[in-house]
Amino acid sequence: MDYFAQQLINGLVLGSIYGLIAIGYTMVYGIVGMINFAHGDIFMIGGFIALISFLVLVSFGLTAIPVILLLVLLVSMAVTALYGWTIERIAYRPLRHSFRLAPMLSAIGMSFVLTNFSQVSQGARVKPVPPIITGGHTLHEGSQGFAVQLSNIQIVVVLTTLVLLALFTWIVSRTRLGRDMRACEQDQTMAALLGVDVDRTISMTFVIGAALAAVAGMMYLLYYGLVDFFMGFVAGIKAFTAAVLGGIGSLPGAMLGGLAIGLIETFWSAYFSVEYKDVAAFSILIVVLIFMPTGLLGRPEVEKV
Amino acid sequence: MSEPILSVNHLMMRFGGIVAVNDLSFVAQRKQITALIGPNGAGKTTVFNCITGFYRPSGGSIRLTHDDGHAIQLERLNDFRISQQAKVARTFQNIRLFPGMTLLENLMVAQHNALMRASGLTFLGLIGAPSWRQAEQHAIELARNWLTRVNLLDRADDAAGNLAYGDQRRLEIARAMCTEPALLCLDEPAAGLNARESGALNELLLAIRGDGTSILLIEHDMSVVMEISDHVVVMDYGVKIAEGTPQAVRDDPKVIAAYLGADEEEAIAVMESGT
Amino acid sequence: MSTPNVRTSQAAQQPSGAAFIFKKALISALVALVLFSLMIGVRTEAGNQGGLIYWTRFDDLAAMVAAVFGGSIVVELLRQWLGPVDKEKLVPPVVRSATALAGRWIAPALLIFTFLVPVIFYDQRYILDLAILVLTYVMLGWGLNVVVGLAGLLDLGYVAFYAVGAYSYALLATNFGLSFWVCLPLAGILAAFWGVLLGFPVLRLRGDYLAIVTLAFGEIIRLVIINWQSLTGGPNGVSGIPRPTFFGIPLDNSDDGLAAKLGIEFSPTHRVVFLFYLILAMALLTNWVTIRLRRLPIGRAWEALREDEVACRALGINTTTTKLTAFATGAMFGGFAGAFFATRQGFISPESFTFQESALVLAIVVLGGMGSQLGVALAALAMIGGFELFRGLDQYRMLVFGIAMVLLMIWRPRGLIGHRAPTVFLEKSQAISSDLVKEGHG
Repeated sequence: MDYFAQQLINGLVLGSIYGLIAIGYTMVYGIVGMINFAHGDIFMIGGFIALISFLVLVSFGLTAIPVILLLVLLVSMAVTALYGWTIERIAYRPLRHSFRLAPMLSAIGMSFVLTNFSQVSQGARVKPVPPIITGGHTLHEGSQGFAVQLSNIQIVVVLTTLVLLALFTWIVSRTRLGRDMRACEQDQTMAALLGVDVDRTISMTFVIGAALAAVAGMMYLLYYGLVDFFMGFVAGIKAFTAAVLGGIGSLPGAMLGGLAIGLIETFWSAYFSVEYKDVAAFSILIVVLIFMPTGLLGRPEVEKV
Repeated sequence: MSEPILSVNHLMMRFGGIVAVNDLSFVAQRKQITALIGPNGAGKTTVFNCITGFYRPSGGSIRLTHDDGHAIQLERLNDFRISQQAKVARTFQNIRLFPGMTLLENLMVAQHNALMRASGLTFLGLIGAPSWRQAEQHAIELARNWLTRVNLLDRADDAAGNLAYGDQRRLEIARAMCTEPALLCLDEPAAGLNARESGALNELLLAIRGDGTSILLIEHDMSVVMEISDHVVVMDYGVKIAEGTPQAVRDDPKVIAAYLGADEEEAIAVMESGT
Repeated sequence: MSTPNVRTSQAAQQPSGAAFIFKKALISALVALVLFSLMIGVRTEAGNQGGLIYWTRFDDLAAMVAAVFGGSIVVELLRQWLGPVDKEKLVPPVVRSATALAGRWIAPALLIFTFLVPVIFYDQRYILDLAILVLTYVMLGWGLNVVVGLAGLLDLGYVAFYAVGAYSYALLATNFGLSFWVCLPLAGILAAFWGVLLGFPVLRLRGDYLAIVTLAFGEIIRLVIINWQSLTGGPNGVSGIPRPTFFGIPLDNSDDGLAAKLGIEFSPTHRVVFLFYLILAMALLTNWVTIRLRRLPIGRAWEALREDEVACRALGINTTTTKLTAFATGAMFGGFAGAFFATRQGFISPESFTFQESALVLAIVVLGGMGSQLGVALAALAMIGGFELFRGLDQYRMLVFGIAMVLLMIWRPRGLIGHRAPTVFLEKSQAISSDLVKEGHG
């Protein structure tokens, strides 16, 4: 039971990270109808920016960890958001009304660009960081010496995710920008006719998605203590899987899918085999889609004849 | 008189809590043109989608009886089998052609099932067997015949997407006819046509009926309905409110009220057309 | 996205003038400065004691920002020089009719040249190897073209079938000693079988759901290969895969080798030339079958499916089996190519079957112009050949490749060959502009 509780905690933390990335996929898909293949790499860039800004801030002589972390968070969100904006501007906007596969291939190309840009600029080796947030709490002392641990970093990850999710939900449901986004999602032409700046709204979607991915990247850095140039690919596929599992286009679905993938992966590793955890996650995706073709929370597609 | 080609009995169709078609019964006689009319939102297209297998009815039955007396319950078939086995063809309210394929190709695709058999499920075709070549020639001839009948022969090698709207409508009918159906279902074939095109359409439909194909049509254009229909079924809010000859329906106060209640212009159209 | 093109911002009047260009370049440079300041300005590396060390590279950063500034000015000047972005205008009609004429000759010319490659480049092993590689991708591209280009089904896991083919041959040959010629059809059949197995449950999914499921499937196959060590050798791969024989006669230096039998001096190039003609024959067979299939009802049904699935159903076409046949046919060609790959390399490992391969093949199909056989061949030549040109760039190669992919898509979203040839005609075959051709939603 204790072991189960521990895995549940681990799974939820991992799921939060996936969920944050998945939101970016789902938002972009909802509004422009494309799979932003470069999004996983945006997450990776976010991790790198967090790492480097952390080093820079420490070298400036800052010592207060909470202040540093807050600054790192802000810097990585801002810079990564600019990456998201630039990519949309360069690689996707010219293909906005084009053939459906063109932006997708452009995105795959962009993903190669980002992966290899990091490799070239930061080297191929894994970058380790010493634990920054340490300590934790023992929730329950088990009988066979196994204790359920909740580390501080896990608390930080989950809390940050919750706060951002709340903020984000507020943006989408209450602000002018959110309304514009929802309008563009329904009908871009009509939204444009009603005075919504479609280009700007789409740009903002990429910006917000990238900022959330940056947070995920930073959380990943803090939680696992490393970044490398290739981590965006697997995390990206997993997060996209999460978005599809939850029902692509649905924001709560993305978070739910992220948690589901995180839990599946963790429990599979804990009870079956670590090697096949990804196989399990992908297999469950396939099975879910066979029985629920639009994901867990996706709206069923009504066929117009 | 022989058995009707189509008999719809107590058809029900619900979407969630909404009842789109409620206990609808009517028959379409063999080798006749039956029109299904009614104000917008009356549930006509839903009936069509039930008959042609795009929706599975919530209740009731739809029986199709072929010339040889063989009867098929359409509500038990779905999807492509309606066309493949029951020989019911349809067109769509918002034309659905294969725009990137030529007119001829469109009509060849319509003969898919016959050609698949002739090509020995592709294998005979792959080796270019003479029997396949013959079948292909035959299919091209059938297509040419229909292109001639809808007056599009000179456009045979153009992309369907390049046709004018009225031509697309006629091509869609020709394509449906290339499946060699027993029952042809037309969803607003005259929508968007000008008077001349509409007149040509009437002639085409009468000729198709003359060849022995039964027609079921949904139509808004009352001049078409009044001119060519043998039997008219009027629907409103998912139920049948009247049926009979065009003349009888036109004078039915319930029909006039339904159209007046829905749309004044349409009511006037009902009353003025055919006179 | 079927929404009509509504120009929201950037109205017709494009400001020009030096001040405008300068301002734009300045903004670009500023953006670049922010983007690159941390990623290029600071270099991190894992230190010796497990910690992290870093150093600054402000000169590189300055160079990059300057490059963006200059590049932005050049791009803006080019844009003003070419006028408003209008693809029709870029290619004058004279040139277009000339290319149309050349288009008729390019396929036969290319074919003849390909046949002569081993003769012309007999002494240049590198070129022969490269030609074999290009032909392998041509074959893969033609195989995937059936699925994506004709049937309009988006398959992001095509590499899975390539892997199934390669491992089928490798394992059958190393474990049971079966010859290449027995294994080749088996590899194709097994790949097709896997295609059906995957396709059956998932082909009713639409659009991007299908894309992600095929991607997941590709990853599953790769991960299973990595982890099922007892069967596949895991990350170490399978080595010692038998080389192909000339229908039973080995191509080696032995006494019963082909060279000895023919009484000519043995040369390792013989085998390379043989491999070249083998893959050429396989690719041409793929092409022949595909062209043939297009003119049969099944192929027409594939294209009709891409155009409008609902209409297909109304015409009595069983969309599920039609999709499955497309999927299986594409998978089979992938399996053949995989078997060839295994016999050519003599060694295979999971590293050869990553998502990047799927992406590359998909890029070849899309860049070729969906559904166009010639386009796919040209695109494979351009992509693989171009990729080789940048071999000297080493680690920058993938970076350049990615940039090229983005630029090519922006330049020609519809691919190199922008029209579709009808499969049957009454009077005269007219090419159909790809603007009319649908891309499928599956």
